[in-house]
Amino acid sequence: MSRVGLIRLGVVAAMIGALEAACRSGLIDPRVVIPPSEMAEALVAILASGQINDDIVRTLGVIAVAVAASVVLGFAFGVLIHALPRLRQALDPFFATYYAVPVFIFYPVLIAIFGLSLVPIVLMGVATAIVAMIIATLNGLDRVPRVLTKVAQVHRMGRLATAMRLQLPAAAPYLFTGVKLSVSYGFIAVIAAEFILAPAGLGRDIANAYADFDNRRMYALMLFVLAIATVINAALHALDLSFAKRRGAAP
Amino acid sequence: MTTATQRFTDTLIIVVAIALIWQGLAQWVGATALPGPLPTLSYLVHFVPTARFAGNAAATAIAFALALLLAYGIGLAVGIWLGAHRLSGVVGEPILITVYSLPKITLYPVVLLIFGLSLSGKVAFGAMHGILPVALLTMAAIRNIPPVYLKSARTLGLSPWQTIWNVLLPATVPEVVAGLRIGFTVTLLGVLLAEMFASKDGLGFLVINAMTLLQSEEMISIAVMLFVFAAVANALLLWIEHRLRRRV
Repeated sequence: MSRVGLIRLGVVAAMIGALEAACRSGLIDPRVVIPPSEMAEALVAILASGQINDDIVRTLGVIAVAVAASVVLGFAFGVLIHALPRLRQALDPFFATYYAVPVFIFYPVLIAIFGLSLVPIVLMGVATAIVAMIIATLNGLDRVPRVLTKVAQVHRMGRLATAMRLQLPAAAPYLFTGVKLSVSYGFIAVIAAEFILAPAGLGRDIANAYADFDNRRMYALMLFVLAIATVINAALHALDLSFAKRRGAAP
Repeated sequence: MTTATQRFTDTLIIVVAIALIWQGLAQWVGATALPGPLPTLSYLVHFVPTARFAGNAAATAIAFALALLLAYGIGLAVGIWLGAHRLSGVVGEPILITVYSLPKITLYPVVLLIFGLSLSGKVAFGAMHGILPVALLTMAAIRNIPPVYLKSARTLGLSPWQTIWNVLLPATVPEVVAGLRIGFTVTLLGVLLAEMFASKDGLGFLVINAMTLLQSEEMISIAVMLFVFAAVANALLLWIEHRLRRRV
């Protein structure tokens, strides 16, 4: 590991150690924060008991459905909008504003329409993730070098062959950025929706544990959700880097 | 038709299309779940002058203003530190990015346990959202200063203060303002999420409250109003950002 990586590991370890020490010495009230070691212990116990298996499957499934829908539909809309320059020009201000408005405030509206089920949660995930994919698709198609289309013409390639063999590979890195953002946004939106109001799910579990003053359970579940999010984001980041490296664009 | 007016008409057409889709949806699911655009607008006109609206809007505004102040202050300080001190920046950046992409809502119970159901809880949670983008973009702005700027400042014999005021500040301001803009957005989201999950007042609380009482008109009109507020604020900050970029 590089020197910087070691220092970073040390910084994170020191922060966790400081929290542990502060909790153990009574500097932090155990009714507020429990020591990290106890969080991990409680998490292992909960995972071993299998009591949150259903919620894990449910939440990750909802995230997967929302992200898959966002990526597929976002790509399709992106291609469509890219083909219609005038529509795109008209939509540009909306794309620029989309992530500046609190879309999440519409979650209660979705509940009012669809009831307290999985549908509003999936829709919330899609609403948050899809626009990132559309923007990434537009970006990627914009950056397909003009020379590739000319090459296709010279070789008399059909529309489909040009798209599959030249345009798609050229746009791929940008599309992957869209996928990465969709996963990250979808995860946040689904957990947040469950947290505010949902019949079940990991986010709901944390909120319930908080309402029951069950700190051990609450911190264990929090640790679990944050750990999953970190692992997924790190994996996508590593993939992104390896794609960039293959194209010779990485530092 | 000139391009500017054409663009304006096109955008207007989209707005009308959204209103029509909204109306269609309202007709499809029924007005009790989703009132159409016109009833929403008329509700808003009657609702805004009431004391109940003023009180809750003020509660959100105060929490948002304080959270923004904290997010900007801490974010700029951290960003300047990580941007100016190379090793801290290299070590700290991935940690900040990781934290930035986490679902911070899961941490709201911790904030509640520390601060209780109070104004400070909302403020802390809003600031938690805003600090990271402000810090990350400030850091990037400082790192991206071309070294030749600093060399010319030295050649011209500028004092440290002159260097900061005449070279560093103009070179970094556009990107820093971009950070402040994103910070504005996510801080507002943080405050609203806090109010939606657990709060005694504020617009986020009103929306959840209206949902439980099945008052869809109130729910939609507050949501739409927050949308418009955020969109206008974002457009304003974006405009400032573009002007600053052109000046450099």
